[in-house]
Amino acid sequence: MEDSYLYYPGCTLKTKASDYEDSAMKVMEALGKPLVEMDDWYCCGAVQSLATDDIMHQIAPIRTMCCAQEQGEDTVVTLCDMCYNVLKQANERMKENEDDLETMNEFLTEDPDYELGVEVYHILQILSDMKGEIEKAVKEPLDGLKVASYYGCMLLRPDTVAIDDGEDPSIMEDILELTGVELIENEKRTECCGSYHTVNRADIVEKRVKEIVGHAKEDGAEAIALSCPLCQFNLDFHQRATEFDLPVFYFTELLALAMGLEPEMKKHKIDPKSLLEKKEIME
Amino acid sequence: MNENEEEVNEDQEMIEIFVMGKRYNVPKGLTIMTALEYAGYKFVRGCGCRGGFCGACSTVYRTEDEYKLKMDLACQTAVEDGMFLVQLPFVPAVREEFDIEEVDPEEHDNVMLDYYPEIARCVSCNTCTKSCPQDIEVMDYVQAALRGDIERCAELSFDCIQCGLCSIRCPADIKHYHLAQLARRITGRYIDKNSDELDKRVEEIKEGKYDEEMKEMVEMELEKLKETYDTRDIKEEG
Repeated sequence: MEDSYLYYPGCTLKTKASDYEDSAMKVMEALGKPLVEMDDWYCCGAVQSLATDDIMHQIAPIRTMCCAQEQGEDTVVTLCDMCYNVLKQANERMKENEDDLETMNEFLTEDPDYELGVEVYHILQILSDMKGEIEKAVKEPLDGLKVASYYGCMLLRPDTVAIDDGEDPSIMEDILELTGVELIENEKRTECCGSYHTVNRADIVEKRVKEIVGHAKEDGAEAIALSCPLCQFNLDFHQRATEFDLPVFYFTELLALAMGLEPEMKKHKIDPKSLLEKKEIME
Repeated sequence: MNENEEEVNEDQEMIEIFVMGKRYNVPKGLTIMTALEYAGYKFVRGCGCRGGFCGACSTVYRTEDEYKLKMDLACQTAVEDGMFLVQLPFVPAVREEFDIEEVDPEEHDNVMLDYYPEIARCVSCNTCTKSCPQDIEVMDYVQAALRGDIERCAELSFDCIQCGLCSIRCPADIKHYHLAQLARRITGRYIDKNSDELDKRVEEIKEGKYDEEMKEMVEMELEKLKETYDTRDIKEEG
């Protein structure tokens, strides 16, 4: 696919994080490299398994690699940080461990063998190589909007799959800069949001959110930008336990706005529209 | 002597099967179900239409020199020499109760996950698909449900006869066939478009348009009724 990218959505992008899919699709379409959803794909498993004998948990991500291979593609693009992390780790493991690959292919008898010819990329990596195009496509710069970027864990850890420097990343800021926003330094940007503790230990997540959002706010941020649907949910939803109300954007939503597109933005808990109206970005 | 035994002629080639570990000689060419009856078993449960439609006769078997367990419908599978057999009379899988008025997909993030959260444990091993006697892409419809694509779940599972073999084999304890039924019910109630043709036909019936034809058929001789059925002409309306 020369003029498009094979896109692996993952389950969250089809439910809670549909705003992210919507805005990313619009941005990539406008940049002339549309995301094309895979014919078949499977849930990545969401959390990279840490058990010692966990080959069972590698089946789903590798099955998705097989689907890409079946479509004759060598590149799969994800939007979700968790999917990126799980798919990438499983794929790297097959490359490094011949025995695991053999075990996998023995089990996946209904499909042709996986030949290791597929690479996994996060959308930030793709857009990072398209800065020239983005610059040209920005029609309505978001002047004066003060945004703190946030990475969380999954894009940067473990370092075998990190898309940027684990301690001092800049890949997201370098892209956001092109939208005209004023970037606010956020020292908590590589810390954990509390992740799946959201299910049964909301108190842990609330503490994390207070820290992360609190620091951003203190440094003057009016909004947060990120790329992970789970981080988005935690930072957005759990602010209700704090005194803050900073909108939490997918970075593609800001890109879309700056490019004069119309992202849906309908699943935010803290409605970003009043801030955007105040900043005269939206009417 | 049961009816199957009568059909067997003297020169019939016999094969050896094992039913719950016990050896029997049965004629070649029987289905698993008729072979079990030939061996003297009488079905009280685990047997229904005998035509591969009802899903009641799920069976587990193994063939000689093969370590893998196989799954099928007993009424649709021929016995082979050296087969090890057992019948499954019932699959006691849990089916979640729901009120059809409360499963509007627009009102839930993912209604399928709300009723069957265990689908999130799917590791894509595909054992369900391999066990399906209907050749349904079972894993794919579970994955569709997981991402909230109810319509695709309903469409892929349309041929399900609810035999339950998928759920017996699943390492994640997913109840595929009940999940799929929920998807089809939701699709019928909330997603599929209403059929104007159906409303029209119901109205016609109420108005008595078919009363005369119906009366005629009820009173018809059996042979004439059969002939009428065989020569019926089905036309698309409009």
